[in-house]
Amino acid sequence: MPVKGWIEVHDLHCKGCALCVSACPQDVISLDMERLTPKGYHPAHLIADGCTGCAICAIVCPDAAITVYREAPVHPQKAPASA
Amino acid sequence: MMTTPVKPEIQVVYQRPDSFTDLTTHYCPGCTHGIAHRLVAEVIDEMGLREKSIGVAPVGCSVFAYKYFNMDFVEAAHGRAPAMATGIKRVLPKNTVFTYQGDGDLASIGMAEIIHAAARGENITVIFINNAIYGMTGGQMAPTTLPGMKTTSSPFGRDVELSGYPVRMCEILATMEGAGYIVRRSLHDAKHIRQAKKAIRLAFETQERGLGFAMVELLSSCPTNWEINPHEALDFIAERMVPVFPLGDYKVNEELKH
Repeated sequence: MPVKGWIEVHDLHCKGCALCVSACPQDVISLDMERLTPKGYHPAHLIADGCTGCAICAIVCPDAAITVYREAPVHPQKAPASA
Repeated sequence: MMTTPVKPEIQVVYQRPDSFTDLTTHYCPGCTHGIAHRLVAEVIDEMGLREKSIGVAPVGCSVFAYKYFNMDFVEAAHGRAPAMATGIKRVLPKNTVFTYQGDGDLASIGMAEIIHAAARGENITVIFINNAIYGMTGGQMAPTTLPGMKTTSSPFGRDVELSGYPVRMCEILATMEGAGYIVRRSLHDAKHIRQAKKAIRLAFETQERGLGFAMVELLSSCPTNWEINPHEALDFIAERMVPVFPLGDYKVNEELKH
C-alpha cells in the first residue's frame, strides 16, 4: 500500500506561483481558482488522493508555505515470542 | 499468535524552518530568492547556529533579508557586505558571519570587496544569488547577463562588442589562495535544490572549521524581469544559464573532503 501523505498550504505565504503544481510527481496539486487568499492570490491545494508526502512541493516552494505530513508506514507488530 | 493493531503515526515531513520569521516575503511569485532564503535558514537550524549567526544583507531585491531571518542581521552599503562581514568576523570571531548578495551587488559595485575578502581569506560565508539581471531596479543588464539576453537596458539583446561578456565569479574567486570553498549550484529543480543545500551546509562548515573564505553561487530565476512565467523561468536556468555558468566545485579545501 502506498504511503499516505497530505499537505497544508499557508494562505498568507502562498503566492500562487504554481511551482509546486509542475513539480508534484503525482500531479495532485493545483491552484484553487475558486478562492483568493488575503493577499489576492489563488492558493495551491490538493485536488486528489495520491499524495505520498514526498515533500518535493515543499522543496521547490519559494515561500516555505507548504507543510507536509505523512502517515508513518504501519508494520504489523508481532507479539513477543513467548510460549 | 496475536498481532497488535497499530495506529498510523502522523509525521511532519516538512515544515517552515524556525529561523524564518512569520512575515511574507516581498519577492515576486515564483522568485527563487525565497528558496535560497529557506535553504540558508534550514542549514542554520540544522547546525544549531541561530543564536550566534550574524547575517549581512545587501542592496538589491534581498535588501529586506533582515526582516525574514529570525536572527541578528545588519544592512550593508551597496556591494560592501563582504567588507562589513570582515569587520564583524574580526571583532566577533566566535560568531558565524554570512552575507547574502545578488549579482548586481556582488559582481558589479561590490567586485573589489568580494575579491579582496577572498584574497585575504576572510573566514566568512557568502551566498551569491546569480539571476543574470538587476531585479530591484527594473531588469537592467547586469555583469552576469547572458550574451544576446534582452533586458530593459539592452532591448536588442546584450551586444558583447559593446558591453562585454558575462562575469563568472566562481572561476575568478577559485584562483584566490584564501578561498576555502567556492562552488556553483542551481535552484531549477528539486534535485538541484537539494544539492544546493548540501553546498550551503559545507560553506558554513568551512567557516566553523576556520578553512577560509566560502562562497556558494546559486543560479536563480527572475520571472518578472525575464518576462516569463515561474515554471518557464526555471527551464531558462537549465537551458540557457547553466551552459554559460557551469555548475560544479571550483575550489574545495582538502580538509572538507573528509
